[in-house]
Amino acid sequence: MSLIEIQNLYKSFGGLSAVQDFNFRLDKGELVGLIGPNGAGKTTVFNLITGVYKPDKGSIIFNEKNIAGMPPYTICARGIARTFQNIRLFNDLTVLDNVKIAAHKDVPYGLLTSILRTPSFFKGEAMIEQEAMKYLEIFKLADKKDELAKNLPYGEQRRLEIARALATKPTLLILDEPAAGMNPNETKKLMELIEWIRKDFDLSILLIEHDMSLVMGVCERIYVLDYGSIIAEGLPVEIRNNKKVIEAYLGEEVE
Amino acid sequence: MQEYKNNWARFCGEVLILAALFTLVQYLITAGLLDQYYQINLTSMFINIILAVSLNLINGFTGQLSLGHAGFMAVGAYTSVILTQMLGQPFIVGLIVACMVSALAGFIIGVPTLRLKGDYLAIATLAFGEIIRVILQNIDYVNGPAGILGITKMTTWPWLFGATILTIVVIVNLINSSYGRAIISVREDEVASELMGVNTTTYKVLAFVFGAMFAGLAGALYAHFFYIIKPETFNFLKSFDILVMVVLGGLGSTTGAIIAAVFITALTAALQAFPAIRMILYALILIIVMIFRPQGLMGNKELSRQTFGKIWSGRK
Repeated sequence: MSLIEIQNLYKSFGGLSAVQDFNFRLDKGELVGLIGPNGAGKTTVFNLITGVYKPDKGSIIFNEKNIAGMPPYTICARGIARTFQNIRLFNDLTVLDNVKIAAHKDVPYGLLTSILRTPSFFKGEAMIEQEAMKYLEIFKLADKKDELAKNLPYGEQRRLEIARALATKPTLLILDEPAAGMNPNETKKLMELIEWIRKDFDLSILLIEHDMSLVMGVCERIYVLDYGSIIAEGLPVEIRNNKKVIEAYLGEEVE
Repeated sequence: MQEYKNNWARFCGEVLILAALFTLVQYLITAGLLDQYYQINLTSMFINIILAVSLNLINGFTGQLSLGHAGFMAVGAYTSVILTQMLGQPFIVGLIVACMVSALAGFIIGVPTLRLKGDYLAIATLAFGEIIRVILQNIDYVNGPAGILGITKMTTWPWLFGATILTIVVIVNLINSSYGRAIISVREDEVASELMGVNTTTYKVLAFVFGAMFAGLAGALYAHFFYIIKPETFNFLKSFDILVMVVLGGLGSTTGAIIAAVFITALTAALQAFPAIRMILYALILIIVMIFRPQGLMGNKELSRQTFGKIWSGRK
């Protein structure tokens, strides 16, 4: 059963068409990679799926409902969470609060309760905190819970972003270049972690990566995007030997 | 459970301190030790605290630059005066209705303007404040530009104190809840906030409505202390005054807003004797603070018992 199915997606900015005739599908439990050269439109696709941009045309069927054009918070509530290529944490808030905000959509108490500070407020807050700490422990950030997000080292900021995304309890997690700026060793560790959370949280994952070799290792299926449309799709081995893909990355061979 | 008990102990302690402060000032007033001059300044101070804390909710915590706070104050002032002076209602009714009408005004202004960002929002709210003023100038029922004179003095120390504490408690409790975190996340990164499931428009409007409501309360208290209200009192310079307090105290710090409101009121009072250099000195102090502490006196930190604890342990 497909979890998300995208058909004939179009998006242009002014005269520039960023995504055209984009077709894509991801089954429950899959880990799919979306790769492509710089400026191919990968992040635009992510922005369309998560509602940051509204598509000009086409449908995004998620859990049998068309979510195209919905606002981001509704899409998040339906179970899609993402991270960003350039880390976007709530910088002046603590690590713990960053994760707590992700739990806000299921806040267990009302506005009046929080102003009146009734016992159910304290109970709800304790619940939120316990839940948030669970994610911080998984990502080994528990001992840094009171630090400001902006003071964390780069690698930990990346991990915090994934923890925050997971705290929204998604069924589909979208990672936008999670390994950007990491060294090979950190990348390897991160990939193992992604594998693990996929199994443990019963997630489906869509991953953008720039680095081909990295994606080949973890992804079950790969889509290749160039100039806003899919040019190839298949298993990592098939992609590796696909002539069109090699052309897109390296240019055409001179006869 | 231990934490819950600690909360109780802290709560009781805070109530005791506030009760002591209240009783002390009440005693000074009844004993006649606080003359008219001090009472006027004390009232201004507490009204300024309400204004600064409520504007800080919009500008500091939500990160939306609003320059129309005096407009909401005017709505509250006129609403309450119409009720108590012209319709003969008790003061409490005037206060409550003033809050409700200002909150409604906040909602009506907030929904269309909060789509705007930064400078554009500032201009829209500035224009709103001016519109309120011009409308009031042209309504004969409230005497147009001449304003309403001879308002019965009803803002006594208990009302003033109660309203200020109410404002602070409501806003602090709001900010330190999941709703408050949602509000702050809008300031931090609006896009990320939406993608984490926060309906940012809702929370911007919510903050705006709460801010407007308390500005209305401050307006009502103001009107029933100073005998006279006229549209000119609530011009954009008044909004700017409140903004200065918030920026000086530190955007996003409630204690900062309180400290700055107290400081600026005291400064204005102290400089009253030197009208010629008053504005120069006032501006100079602002410039100096902005050069040496651009994030405001408190930054976005709060002055709390932990702060004192840190200073204490640092000394040892």
